Amino acid sequence: MSRLTIVTSDQQEIVREQLYKDLERRITASPTGLCPVDLTSSFVKMCLSQSCGKCVPCRIGLKKLSKLLDKVLDGEATMETLELIKLTARSIYLSSDCAIGHEAGKLALNSIEGCFEDYKEHVQNNNCTCNSNQPVACVNLCPAHVDIPGYIALVKEGRYDDAVNLIRHMNPFPITCAYICEHPCENRCKRTIIDAPINIRGIKRVAIEKSKNPSLPPLAEKTGKKVAVIGGGPGGLSAAYYLSIMGHEVAVYEQRKQLGGMLRYGIPNYRFPRTRLDEEINFILSTGIKVELNASVGKDIQLADIRKKYDAIYIAIGAHNDKKICIDGEDATGVISAVEMLRAIGDGQLTSYKGKRVAVVGGGNVAMDVARSSIRLGADSVDVIYRRRKVDMTALAEEVEGAEAEGCNIVELMTPVAIEKNPDGTVKGLRVKPQMTSIIESKRPSPKDKNADEVLIPCDIVVASVGQGIDSKHFEDTGIHVKRGSIAAMNTGMVGDQEGIFAGGDCVTGPATVIRAIAAGRVAAANIDEYLGFNHEIVNNIDIPRVKYDDKNPCGRVDLGLRKPQDRKNDFEPIEFSMSDEEAAQECGRCLRCDHFGFGAFRGGRSTKW
Amino acid sequence: MVNLIIDGKKIQAKEGTTILEAAKQNGINIPTLCFLKDLNEIGACRVCIAEVEGVEKCVPSCHTQVIEGMVVHTNSKKVRETREVNLKLILSQHNFHCATCIRNGNCKLQNLARDFNIDENPYDIKYEEKEWDKTFPLIRDFTKCIKCMRCVQVCDKVQSLSVWDVVNTGSKTSVNVRENKKITNVNCSYCGQCIVNCPVGALHERDDIKKVLNALDDKDKITIVQVAPAVRSAYGEGLGLPREKATEKRLAGILKSIGFNYVFDTVFAADMTIMEEGSEFLTRLDDIRKTGLPMFTSCCPGWLRFIKSEFPDMVPRLSSAKSPQGMFGALTKSYYAEILGVSKDKIFNVSVMPCLAKKDEATLDNYGDIDAVLTTRELNRLLLSTMVNPADIEETEFDTPLGIGTGAGVIFGVTGGVMEAALRSAYFLVNKKNPDADSFKDIRGLDGYRVGSFDFGNGVVVKVAVVHSLSNARKIINNILLGKEKYDFVEVMACPGGCINGGGQVIDLEGGDLAARSGVLYGLDKVNNLRFSHENPEVIACYNKYLGHPLSEKSHHLLHRDHVKEMKEKAVK
Repeated sequence: MSRLTIVTSDQQEIVREQLYKDLERRITASPTGLCPVDLTSSFVKMCLSQSCGKCVPCRIGLKKLSKLLDKVLDGEATMETLELIKLTARSIYLSSDCAIGHEAGKLALNSIEGCFEDYKEHVQNNNCTCNSNQPVACVNLCPAHVDIPGYIALVKEGRYDDAVNLIRHMNPFPITCAYICEHPCENRCKRTIIDAPINIRGIKRVAIEKSKNPSLPPLAEKTGKKVAVIGGGPGGLSAAYYLSIMGHEVAVYEQRKQLGGMLRYGIPNYRFPRTRLDEEINFILSTGIKVELNASVGKDIQLADIRKKYDAIYIAIGAHNDKKICIDGEDATGVISAVEMLRAIGDGQLTSYKGKRVAVVGGGNVAMDVARSSIRLGADSVDVIYRRRKVDMTALAEEVEGAEAEGCNIVELMTPVAIEKNPDGTVKGLRVKPQMTSIIESKRPSPKDKNADEVLIPCDIVVASVGQGIDSKHFEDTGIHVKRGSIAAMNTGMVGDQEGIFAGGDCVTGPATVIRAIAAGRVAAANIDEYLGFNHEIVNNIDIPRVKYDDKNPCGRVDLGLRKPQDRKNDFEPIEFSMSDEEAAQECGRCLRCDHFGFGAFRGGRSTKW
Repeated sequence: MVNLIIDGKKIQAKEGTTILEAAKQNGINIPTLCFLKDLNEIGACRVCIAEVEGVEKCVPSCHTQVIEGMVVHTNSKKVRETREVNLKLILSQHNFHCATCIRNGNCKLQNLARDFNIDENPYDIKYEEKEWDKTFPLIRDFTKCIKCMRCVQVCDKVQSLSVWDVVNTGSKTSVNVRENKKITNVNCSYCGQCIVNCPVGALHERDDIKKVLNALDDKDKITIVQVAPAVRSAYGEGLGLPREKATEKRLAGILKSIGFNYVFDTVFAADMTIMEEGSEFLTRLDDIRKTGLPMFTSCCPGWLRFIKSEFPDMVPRLSSAKSPQGMFGALTKSYYAEILGVSKDKIFNVSVMPCLAKKDEATLDNYGDIDAVLTTRELNRLLLSTMVNPADIEETEFDTPLGIGTGAGVIFGVTGGVMEAALRSAYFLVNKKNPDADSFKDIRGLDGYRVGSFDFGNGVVVKVAVVHSLSNARKIINNILLGKEKYDFVEVMACPGGCINGGGQVIDLEGGDLAARSGVLYGLDKVNNLRFSHENPEVIACYNKYLGHPLSEKSHHLLHRDHVKEMKEKAVK
């Protein structure tokens, strides 16, 4: 007899672990709009299977709760049943001994309290308020609703021009999005149920790399109507592109030297090369858009004058104002904002940071952009100061990893207290207070002061990357409704009672993603067209390759390769490689073609006009 | 062309063909359930699955296109077992009390269960139950719905009304009125196309047979039955009668054998309709030319409901003529009651229609003359319940005077027929002489959207259009409103093919041979000695003895409606 044995996993345990992983992925890929009662009923059953069985509320309560929920689903419940569900769930929450029980009770309680209308509908009319009317997850989640399975199928066949044309049908920035889209389309990709989401952005990158002759859609007959677009960023140019295709005369007013907005003045070349941006913009302008550069509305030209000259106006000024950290010493020489720094880089002013120590304050993607740009400008050291933990950063994980690989130092759980100055007024260092992670409020753990001394981080430059504001003052002064700094536009782009004025993108939503600005631009274009008394249909006649049947066996996702950190950190050249033909073919082949299978077969996987 | 092998047979098929089609073209039968050609090829029931060599998972043959070199098995062990499980799963949520089902013997699921020898089901049987207003002409039986989505697709794609939709999610996914609304609160046209395309008994008409039987048993009632032209094109299909036996005279005999006192023909009223509507058309021609808006036919109640809900501004463009059913009802309880010398209250008026919307039409305020409407299917059920073998029933003539009809009236039952009949008589009214009866046959056909232009001489050129199915009705109205197209007279039938494929017609599980059904009506027209409505001697007699002339005051009172006023009154209600 041995006194002790080494624990080895038996076959059952291995299978169980696999089942957990399968379920995790499946939950990740959940379609939107599912019935909360049905979900809760399934979840409670799963929780019950985890119960050790010791305590009454968990062992018996969850069982009864699941039965009660099924009664609701089967239309056999009354309003009293709902009260009983609440009472039972609350009791399980309040009296279970461990998390398996009390969190299950809380889950059920959150569900019934948060979705009470749906529960009521089940009881009163034996109906659900939800239905499955969202056929293709990626298309649905893309704010611009690009036909993703369509262009993946086209890339697979090597029809790259068609793929790019298909993207432009809904989104005139395929090149941009191929480089820097945050790809919300991948979030609920059904392929995740099998292995991992399709690398959609990567496939788009293949399309734009290989496309040689994308074509402009046919331009509609001239309408004689004139539209002014204020702001030459992705949102403004998207609206301008579609309006121009529809036959309207479009002029873009841009306050800076060049078009592109945040694509040029916010995103560094290593993430998105300028040559490609110019290519994209030139394609858009080739529809016949007029451009006024260095024309800041409110300074160089007044909104009132524009209103007189144009039949409609689209305001897409973005969010280009920097925000202060609001600590002592911020007036020191050497303190700059991220917006300021990236704007200079955007116009090609590459100030050397040789011999400088840089401290970046913030944890978003912009903070990573300035940190990584600082490295490229030759900084001796770059510290990124963030008051929460690294995992809590809003920057994409790959951005944080990239920054670290290039030599940036992430200083987590430190909150800036003051900027200390040298006698000559230059920055001496950033004084920070150590933090500890604490309770979770609104999904993120909030930091709180740690019982530890403040620390001075010696540095020469402090870059504040703590958010951006909207320069809406002039518009507010001319009577445009502004709400907490943002222009108050409706989801149609219309601005309240202002005849012919539309707005969208960051200046309405606050700083968001490129693809959301693009989507807003297209929505505005359609509604401006209608406002002007037209109903131009934007149609694509691209035939989508047929589905080929094969078994969908698990297969790894092809991620895009990067230049080695030690090479890439020395220049602003692009860092990401595209896929090889072989990789692209395999990745495209992983697409489950939800336009053809499942609900897509029933409700049509695509719309070819808007 | 693509080369492939199905069940060991080397075949060729056009690129883009589905496995199902390719198999069918080569005499290989793959079972289907949810499949509806061109409308519902969604692979939902997974009954038509097949095995493709080299692929582990089965593929739906209705939704999988052939590929070069494909080797397909439609009846392998894997396919058979999987198909059987799927059938059992469908059955586990289907109320298969087949003996008491309206579709007993005419059900795709029942046939499949029989063909696949399913004699037991290991799964617990539990089906959805939900309330439905049984007084409504269209009835959904939730216990039988197999969620094949056919009704959803037909209503979406063919009728453009989207009354049905998928509701709820997950295992509770079901089909119901869209957004869980009440059927009375949506724009259902009552066309009944969802019924004729339902593979099972989940959708059916309200059964009014008892009402008719009670009247037949009531010695104080004089029972009069009229039978619509299209009924004769298909009733035999539901009784196992071959076409040569399923004659109109046998239909008259059947109605006699059931016990109706007088067996008349709606074709007579169709001829009346032509007299009224044709005359109305000529009086409105100036206005039509002035406004650029056509006159629309008004004999299809599904279409009337459609235009009132979808294009209320176009309602004044409808002809005011009642449908033949309505004219017939009014004349039996006035003109014919006088001939019989009885009070109209003694008459119990039954119509046999290939139509669901006619059940609703009969309940409208000014249609009180019709006491019961039976669909072709109900007629067949009623006959079978008398235990008489239809083949043994003698052929008889319809009764006079309201049983006399012309060939022009008979073709009312097929798309284009009303237009052709109207043109024949309108030509006569313009020229005071008959054209060749076949002069207007270019307007025939089963295309959904047909146009034509006919020169009447005397400087009268008439531009006409014929559409069927409500999506085409929507299309033509939009084209007219956009100024893209201009017509003088437009015929609209709600059901694809017209009444021969009406919502009350016999259900052919394979979709119905509309060419054959239309052939019956055109054949009857061809052999009829009378091919012009205005030559119907009983129509002439009716005008001479009773109405005076078309569009007379009496005609207006009995045979016309004021659609605009009706709509206003309904809105007030």
